[in-house]
Amino acid sequence: MSKQLNLTLSIWRQENAASRGRFETYQAKGIPDDASFLEMLDIVNEGLISEGELPIEFPHDCREGICGTCGVMIDGRAHGPELGTATCQLHMRKYNDGDTIVIEPWRATAFPVIRDLVVDRSPLDAIIQAGGYISAPTGTAPDANEIAVPKEVADSAMDAAACIGCGACVAACPNSAAQLFTSAKLWHLNSLPQGQPERFKRAEAMVETMEQFFGSCTNHGECTEACPKEIPQDFIAYLNRDFVKSKRVNRTMASRS
Amino acid sequence: MTTSTVLDAAVPDGPMADKWDNHKFKIQLVNPANKRKFKIIVVGTGLAGSSAAATLGELGYNVEAFTFHDSPRRAHSIAAQGGINAAKNYRSDGDSVFRLFYDTVKGGDYRSREANVYRLAQVSVNIIDQMVSQGVPFAREYGGLLANRSFGGAQVSRTFYARGQTGQQLLLGAYQQMMGQVAEGNVKLHTNMEMLDVVVKDGAARGIVCRNLITGEITSHSAHAVVLATGGYGNVFYLSTNAMACNVTAAWRAHRKGAFFANPCYTQIHPTCIPASDEFQSKLTLMSESLRNDGRIWVPRNYDETRAAKDVPEADRYYYLEEKYPSFGNLVPRDVASRNAKTVVDQGLGVGPLKNGVYLDFADAIGRDGRDAVEERYGNLFQMYDRITGEDPYSTPMRIYPATHYTMGGLWVDYNLQTTIPGLFCTGEANFSDHGANRLGASALMQGLADGYFVLPYTIGNYLAPLLGDDPLTIDDPAFIEAEAELQGQIQRFLSINGTRSPEYFHRELGKIIWEHIGMERSKEGLEKAINEIRALREEFWADVRVLGTNESLNSSLEKAGRIADFFELGELMARDALDRAESCGGHFRTESQTPEGEALRNDDAYAHVSAWEWHGPDTPQTKHREELAFEEVELSQRSYK
Repeated sequence: MSKQLNLTLSIWRQENAASRGRFETYQAKGIPDDASFLEMLDIVNEGLISEGELPIEFPHDCREGICGTCGVMIDGRAHGPELGTATCQLHMRKYNDGDTIVIEPWRATAFPVIRDLVVDRSPLDAIIQAGGYISAPTGTAPDANEIAVPKEVADSAMDAAACIGCGACVAACPNSAAQLFTSAKLWHLNSLPQGQPERFKRAEAMVETMEQFFGSCTNHGECTEACPKEIPQDFIAYLNRDFVKSKRVNRTMASRS
Repeated sequence: MTTSTVLDAAVPDGPMADKWDNHKFKIQLVNPANKRKFKIIVVGTGLAGSSAAATLGELGYNVEAFTFHDSPRRAHSIAAQGGINAAKNYRSDGDSVFRLFYDTVKGGDYRSREANVYRLAQVSVNIIDQMVSQGVPFAREYGGLLANRSFGGAQVSRTFYARGQTGQQLLLGAYQQMMGQVAEGNVKLHTNMEMLDVVVKDGAARGIVCRNLITGEITSHSAHAVVLATGGYGNVFYLSTNAMACNVTAAWRAHRKGAFFANPCYTQIHPTCIPASDEFQSKLTLMSESLRNDGRIWVPRNYDETRAAKDVPEADRYYYLEEKYPSFGNLVPRDVASRNAKTVVDQGLGVGPLKNGVYLDFADAIGRDGRDAVEERYGNLFQMYDRITGEDPYSTPMRIYPATHYTMGGLWVDYNLQTTIPGLFCTGEANFSDHGANRLGASALMQGLADGYFVLPYTIGNYLAPLLGDDPLTIDDPAFIEAEAELQGQIQRFLSINGTRSPEYFHRELGKIIWEHIGMERSKEGLEKAINEIRALREEFWADVRVLGTNESLNSSLEKAGRIADFFELGELMARDALDRAESCGGHFRTESQTPEGEALRNDDAYAHVSAWEWHGPDTPQTKHREELAFEEVELSQRSYK
């Protein structure tokens, strides 16, 4: 059978966006080390409910690292200590008996707290809505193999498209910038042949929408470090290139119309 | 109680290959200028919902999309790994629309509607075109053309994939397309909104009632038509590969309002999941079925085996699939692999600390092809396994066990994807169509997108066209007011029970009953027992559940309590449906219906029909209606994998 851990948890509790939050201390006793981090929180919550206390609200859904719902700051690190790992994929065998763990929600002005560890990440959807798509109405597509995409290009687009939209990059960034998230979608679409017609319109709209909500990037690189999908930081350079170019290209296009 | 009727699926006449084209021509059109006068609600933003909302928006309808997630991109379609089938025949290996149709009907063990499946195979090719044009980064060959693989034992390579994240990439494609329509103003998106009721008046669906999960506010939304794309009900088992929030509530509340629920006992158990490690386990993780291409499945021959796997000599290993099914071996279909795993574990031969798994051993593959080749094929899966279990599958065999993965049952729909409530449509996993009693690998993504992109946007026009000039109900109509009041009542009831057990406890206990008696193997005795146990537990739930906090805040216990209440009623119906279907079929083995060799025995004379159940209240059993299944193109035969 698995080992059992006794832990001290310091967890951020906050009733809603308007109220002041605070850290509360909880003793998590007899946590099996085969449990995932979120299952550890489940166990704590079951204990709280049986004592008549409100359970801790935390974001989660698929618990297999792909939906992007989960994500908390664990001892000051977005998604915790294991690189390339979403919170739901972190397991308690990474911890030792007697450890203290500090758990907070994502920290960013653009992500107000909804309750406890749950935050509002809707600005990420606003960035996608601004241009994170290729306009191809249903039924208009040519045969799929009429568009040849070099394997290297498809693979690189896939590296960027792997983003799960969890917001860890923002939470980890000292400026709460969303450049890694935005650049991942921009590179995915702008590097593909299908994405060319709207390339610069997309770059301008997505970046300007991003800047309405988020801080500026100063190349700290904390985002890539925190990213559960290890999206590389160099996509941000492509974002900057396309954004700068968009200002000239879009104006030229406008003058033609 | 109404008497049982035979349901008419409104399948068009004519040769199979022409049905859909003929039907599309006969469907009434809505003038482009009039489309904006029609309001359509789409509930759920997974593949089936996002694709429908985006397409209906593009056509010019006035669309409102609802998701209970914080973003449409969270829907569980995102977790599908393997791929999506399409009859492109890009490999020139003999695939065709007819072959995909044939394989799907046969794979569904002759319990699906031929005309729907044929249409699914026809539009499968359009899906790939559509997704590529949206920039879905499917795997490519070096020449730049699309790559394919054979999947789930198919004899042709018709599966398109994007690494092990095909569902993610397809969902993001459909989500992005929908967000483009949100930007255009054609789709209004509501996030954090859980649909809790369908409003029916004068025999037609008029709208929905939702709870805002953050504020607790109950609101009504009216429309000319409602589309449910709310996914499957696998979480009734508690432990499944579904996401934690997956539930049956939207479909079930529609069922309570008159939509028939079809084939609820048809659930798919996936053979290669990581076994549960303890009572605290919250979900099960699926490992791609492709692992069975190289892994050998075995258990020790001795009940009291204590040696580590690698120290167990060949003579003491029981390669039960290879011994029982010499021609298919470890590659027998999902249901056969799953059932045999359960059999050996039930016999006490299971492995691992809880003796609840079987070995999937790669030692031979590593010895034959080298560690690098195995890593190339399965590296990401091995890493995932290591992360979850803390064991290295290169040196120790994996432990696997079946888990609930997909539900073929769902709301009954006709050929137009309309439920038995006019104006209420149902797409994707939430409906029952297309997969019969067993779904083939890489076909779930195909069906969700087929429904949303290429079927519903046509068929819904037929319902809407005659309604031109009719305004939707206003939300101060008594029908909405009553539905809101009823929901407020249910919420207050949960908050005032103040019992001793958490919702989680009841869900887990319910799941144990369902898994034990309505899982892979069922018997009359077990099913009758399950009905009694579910009823008793349901009573206890309503008397003893503890939901703390208030309605006016994010309250996951309150959300969960409502979903579990519906799972109780669904669970009982699953048992009744399984009891009624006294045959072994697809993934469902009835102990009373087997061949002398102990294999599944289908009974086409008695059960070649869809069972669609009509609600009569929580304490009155549903009545069964039948849709007879005729097989004109595919000849009925008994599967054999010996």
